[in-house]
Amino acid sequence: MTAEFAVELRDVVKKFITPEGNSLNAVDHVTMQIKNGEFFSMLGSSGCGKTTSLRMIAGFEWPTEGEVYIEGKAMGHLPPFQRKVNTVFQSYALFQHLTVFQNIAFGLEMEGADKSEIEKRVKHVLEMVQLTGMERRKPKQLSGGQQQRVAVARALVKVPDVLLLDEPLGALDLKLRKEMQLELKALQQQLGITFVYVTHDQEEAMTMSDRIAVMSKGKVQQMGHPVEIYERPANKFVADFIGESNFLDGKIKSLSKEEAVVFIPAWNTEITGLPVSPGLVNGEEVTVSIRPEKVLISDQTLNQNSFKGKVTNTVYIGTDTHVYTDVMGKRVKVLEQNRISRLDPGSFYTIGQDVNLVMMFENVLVLKKE
Amino acid sequence: MLKRLRENKSAQGTLLASPTLLWMIGLLIIPLILTLIVSFGKRSPDGDVIYSFSLDNYIRLFGYSTDCDAGQTSCFDPLYLQILWRSLTLAFNSTVWVILLAYPLAYFIARAHPKRRNTFLFMVLIPLWTNFVIRVYAWMMLLRTQGVINLILGWIAGLFNLPFTPLEMLYTPGAVLVGMVYEFLPFMILPIYTSLEKIDNSLYEAAADLGANGIKTFLRVTLPLSMPGVVAGTILVFIPVMGTFIVSDILGGRQVILVGNLIQRQFLDARDPTFGSAASLILMVMTLIVTYFYTRKFGFGEEIVVA
Repeated sequence: MTAEFAVELRDVVKKFITPEGNSLNAVDHVTMQIKNGEFFSMLGSSGCGKTTSLRMIAGFEWPTEGEVYIEGKAMGHLPPFQRKVNTVFQSYALFQHLTVFQNIAFGLEMEGADKSEIEKRVKHVLEMVQLTGMERRKPKQLSGGQQQRVAVARALVKVPDVLLLDEPLGALDLKLRKEMQLELKALQQQLGITFVYVTHDQEEAMTMSDRIAVMSKGKVQQMGHPVEIYERPANKFVADFIGESNFLDGKIKSLSKEEAVVFIPAWNTEITGLPVSPGLVNGEEVTVSIRPEKVLISDQTLNQNSFKGKVTNTVYIGTDTHVYTDVMGKRVKVLEQNRISRLDPGSFYTIGQDVNLVMMFENVLVLKKE
Repeated sequence: MLKRLRENKSAQGTLLASPTLLWMIGLLIIPLILTLIVSFGKRSPDGDVIYSFSLDNYIRLFGYSTDCDAGQTSCFDPLYLQILWRSLTLAFNSTVWVILLAYPLAYFIARAHPKRRNTFLFMVLIPLWTNFVIRVYAWMMLLRTQGVINLILGWIAGLFNLPFTPLEMLYTPGAVLVGMVYEFLPFMILPIYTSLEKIDNSLYEAAADLGANGIKTFLRVTLPLSMPGVVAGTILVFIPVMGTFIVSDILGGRQVILVGNLIQRQFLDARDPTFGSAASLILMVMTLIVTYFYTRKFGFGEEIVVA
């Protein structure tokens, strides 16, 4: 592993012809560098180009333009079986006519490994995914979670430089999915293999990834550590897609190295002390983004940073209560953690009640208008 | 009465199954029993059935003959055993050829663009719109001495100034084989297509991902996963080929006699329904035995339901 990056996409474009005969850039000039030993996720809704990007790394698709590099080598039109990567498919793609052992041994037999070697390696990888004793079962006789493990084992037994995972947990129920997320992460750390993971589930990406690429319309919207992506989204799309946000239109009044001052016409007020993100210009129209959990709500008057609002609705979802308020004609959603029991109906705000909303301005984001 | 029926689940089940049951009894069980009874009978000089319990017909089928050289009252005549054996080997050969021809075609259709698949399947089915007998006669037009094939071959030979004697293709075992293969090809294509079409594309990708090239993928993944289709097709082809008499009658003339022809002639020409019945039952038992061992080895082929 001498190359700097395990996988690199350089200005990759993939064009598809739609059934209507139009050309569509499923992947639109994507550049990304995935480091060795990294757990890297591509996150986005369906049609954002994440699966196509993964399939180009695997070799199932070839780029229309640009180049895919694996361990520093340009892949060109190399078929999948000549790349040191293996894929865990969304549907698992297990061979139903073969046993668990035969499924996992398949890749080794193709390499021409001898019998004792195959036996040893299959046994080892079965231990790793905790399926010892299941060798002679057929895939149909396994639960969804076990099938998923077989799919992972079948790919890992080849000791790939990079393991590609295409929404591998999509078919599992929530509890099992969360368990498998932690297991996959532990496995990745234990093996030190680069994982490239495709998902539409932001929580899943956050749980496991060292870095996330948020994708939309074939383009990478932002790439970075989960905390960075959540706390400092690069644009309105990311702020909206990852978590939730209240958006307000504003205009930059003044800009210094330390803070931005933004005028909010809807509230006819200036907000000071906002964090400055690069690329902002004085006088520019911007979008101000406020995370619902970063707003404090109270029926008492607090400090000068508070805004008066009226409660329009409350929604109880167990862990939290969502309070919808109207602040001078703009809807602001606030998230209150249910630290205390809500059994007493009096613990909820009533509709029409006057409340004060407090925002820590350093948590308010100023984003370029789209 | 109605109330009692409402409470009695098993009576309800019997009642619901009764139409099918009556159908089966009336159209399958009773005729079979009648055939069995007749097969134990004897032929009267004017072609009627004399009911008795005699195994003569079966003994005759297995080679006992009274039509012998002078001085012998009985001898071994393998004529009917030869017919049975010929039918069995022909059915086997036809099935093998049908598989060899149908598999690549089914594979081609299953891997074609989804938009074109239906067109191809339609083309496979079109011949079935024409009557079976007419399709066999069409082969006669192709194969006979003055037929289309010989005309074309003669024309080609003429171009190169070569001498040409028309090939004798009609009324040969080969002609019967060609006819059988042609007639039953669609019944193999459809189930194989169904099982190939069901194979998810991601399985091919997984095989490629794990290091298999095209040939290995075919041998290790495609072929085993499409075996249910081959099994179903084999059952759908082998059984009718064993019993059909039209193909051998028209394309084989008097040269290629199969069990089907034997049975038909006993009923229509020789006017011996007792011997015909015995031959029918032997055919059935033979087919059952072969099918039994085949399905025990390969399973029933779930595609038979789909097809």
